[in-house]
Amino acid sequence: MSAVLNMILQRVFLGLLTLLVVSALVFVSVEFLPGDVAEQILGQSATPETLAALREQLGLNTPPVQRYLAWLGGILQGDFGRSVINQREITAILADRLGNTLFLAAMATLIAVPLAVGLGILAALKRNTWIDRWINIGTLTAISFPEFFVAYGLIYVFSAKLGWLPSISVVGSDTALSDRLVLTLLPALTLTLIVTAHMMRMTRASLINLLALPYVEMARLKGAAQRRVVVVHALPNAVAPIVNVIALNIAYMIAGVVIVEVVFVYPGLGQLLVDSVSKRDVTVVQAACLIFASAFILFNLVADVISILSNPRLLHRSTK
Amino acid sequence: MTNFLGQGKLSRRGLLQGGAALGAAALLGMPQGLQAQPRRGGMLRIAVVQGGVNDTLDPTTFNGGQHIFLGWCLRNNLTEIGADGALKPELAESWESDDAITWRFNLRRGVEFHNGKPFTAEDVIASLNLHRGEDSTSGAKALLDGVTEITSEGDHLVRVVLSGPNADFPFTLSDYHFNICPVMPDGTVDVSGTGTGGYILENFDPGVRTRLRRNPNYWKEGAAHFDEGEVLLINDPTAATNALVTGEVHAIESSEYRTLALLGRRPDIQVESVPGGFHGTFAMNSAIAPFNDNNLRLALKYGIDRQAIVDMVLKGHGVVANDHPISPMMPYHDAELEQRPYDPERARYHLQQAGHDELTLRLSVSDGLYVGAVDAVTMYREHAAPAGLDIEVLREPGDGYWSDVWMRKPFFAGSWGPRPVPDMILTSAYASNAAWNEGAFSNARFDELLVAARGELDQTRRASMYAEMQRLLSDEGGSIIPFFRNHVYGRSTNVAHSGQVGSDWPLDGHRAMERWWTA
Repeated sequence: MSAVLNMILQRVFLGLLTLLVVSALVFVSVEFLPGDVAEQILGQSATPETLAALREQLGLNTPPVQRYLAWLGGILQGDFGRSVINQREITAILADRLGNTLFLAAMATLIAVPLAVGLGILAALKRNTWIDRWINIGTLTAISFPEFFVAYGLIYVFSAKLGWLPSISVVGSDTALSDRLVLTLLPALTLTLIVTAHMMRMTRASLINLLALPYVEMARLKGAAQRRVVVVHALPNAVAPIVNVIALNIAYMIAGVVIVEVVFVYPGLGQLLVDSVSKRDVTVVQAACLIFASAFILFNLVADVISILSNPRLLHRSTK
Repeated sequence: MTNFLGQGKLSRRGLLQGGAALGAAALLGMPQGLQAQPRRGGMLRIAVVQGGVNDTLDPTTFNGGQHIFLGWCLRNNLTEIGADGALKPELAESWESDDAITWRFNLRRGVEFHNGKPFTAEDVIASLNLHRGEDSTSGAKALLDGVTEITSEGDHLVRVVLSGPNADFPFTLSDYHFNICPVMPDGTVDVSGTGTGGYILENFDPGVRTRLRRNPNYWKEGAAHFDEGEVLLINDPTAATNALVTGEVHAIESSEYRTLALLGRRPDIQVESVPGGFHGTFAMNSAIAPFNDNNLRLALKYGIDRQAIVDMVLKGHGVVANDHPISPMMPYHDAELEQRPYDPERARYHLQQAGHDELTLRLSVSDGLYVGAVDAVTMYREHAAPAGLDIEVLREPGDGYWSDVWMRKPFFAGSWGPRPVPDMILTSAYASNAAWNEGAFSNARFDELLVAARGELDQTRRASMYAEMQRLLSDEGGSIIPFFRNHVYGRSTNVAHSGQVGSDWPLDGHRAMERWWTA
């Protein structure tokens, strides 16, 4: 087990290093964008005097490197700092948005993962039949359309024509769970349609490989039922690649769903990030990017650990 | 689009007729029930644009639709632009001045803020002072530059002294920045949303939505009919249209011209198209070559087919403009001034007078200014080509446009919101020393007239001064102003209004929450 622990520690360290690099890159890119916070806030109504006064108030007159180091120091003490623009605590700004983003991702995951794995198994077992073909055509069609097209399609059918579900998903901190589930259903279905194909194809491919191996044939010959062959003998060996794909997709659903958020007016982290970039609110942008980067690093780490634990050979090789 | 107009579906026109019919009905002694009577109750859900997670309710930071709308749900100003465009008393009951320099505002008595504090002169002084002083970062600071002193005479009289006469000063105070907020016991101003307005803040979730409930103690008669209100921030126009069509909201702040006809076909949606003062400009830096030659400026002004742009880009929801910013909806608009035609021959003549046979210019523009801005410039290029002018379309990102392109490039597109009176726009953007003088216009006669007209109390003389200024701008100004565009927005037929909607801003002058009611 210590080997696994070692590996985890090593990964966590590398992850933190990646986060540091990400934060520096983000800071530099925002500095390179045209115009600063003061100019963005005042917009057309900026005059030299109001600009100067605002820059002074926002502390923009200190050199960038100094501002970055001060911010980094804060992070190390668990303090994300305050928004450059309105001085609100970033932790408070992020908390709601992160909660919303995680809720949507969790809901989409709960629908998409069982669906994708189930369809993948079905497709593998019914390989080259019409069921297999329809599953492939259906999921690949869904993934081939741009996200906003899928979203508008769902809105057209379920909101405009049938009137079952709301077309916008404005959730607040005081929205009841039942309302929240209804409000979030359409965006979650959109995400499901987008991620299913990827996971389904991986499940199908891994299973088909395994089902052709001699040990599966052996299991069949000894008279094991189809269900037992798949669930007990084949699936555990396919876990590693499937989990990897699932992890990537979950991370995507946390970090890459800006377009879906915009279409459904869902107050998630993606919208926050876009807002903050256009206002040049560096501290919020950095905090949001760190969260996105952490999501990718964390889910990849979890996926690696699960695949190693699920495969004794990988585990033992690393103890050598 | 002519069809659209021909069917009489253009809301404002139809509604104006409707208003006249109602008046006639009242004269004929029809039963009360048949008239559109405001009803108390229900909820209004509105989608507004512009804003994000960084929004606050501090009036010094106000700069967009959401701010203006919320400001007038929660608070009042001293003066108000009515739905008919006329200036009305709001928290100031009346005002007077003998010389347009010293103004006395008599404040309304018996008004209370949401927190129970009585409204008095100290609140007015403190609220206006938010926008004054060295370290003020208010977007409206320039509007109060001429104010030298604000004092009270008792609890219900405020005296404002200006550095020079300004007959329009009461109009200035109707600006959306000048919301009146209460002074707190420690002397600071409460800018968190407490006001004297028709609605009390329930919950403010920046960048997402704001919830309001009716102020049971509202002083204004016959206003604020809804029990509850919800203001959603939806920046994406398609999402806002979806929300309106699926009944999630009752009205949206702006619609896209190209989908308007489709929207108007739905029986449950009324399209409002209200002529206002919004205008686009193509500004030339007339301080530098080649634009310092008025012949070139005239060539560029004759080289644009304004009507074609109104028809194609605005889909007919606008009127042609005459290279000055005084719209037909504004007081002192000079209808006598001849409209400049599209005349490539004259454009070529002026180009040659300026010493060029052919000239290539690059015009910076971004669709972030208004929908269709890039299309307008692309059409302009076609219009100007026969005159020997090659106007290259330089497409700039909307992000950072105001800081890096606007007034930085020699030839660029701009966009201006409406102002209630000529002086406010002329002083901000056309006086030779104005901070936003985008066309670098400098004309001694114009500057002199501007100051004289500001302090002139004789209406006839004032009108002739503004007429001369319009002519000067049209003939010599540094901005090509091709059109005034209408406010266009969709409203569900589940909510109703009096038949006349404000033209200063969309959503009934951004006062729908207090002026509309459940149908």
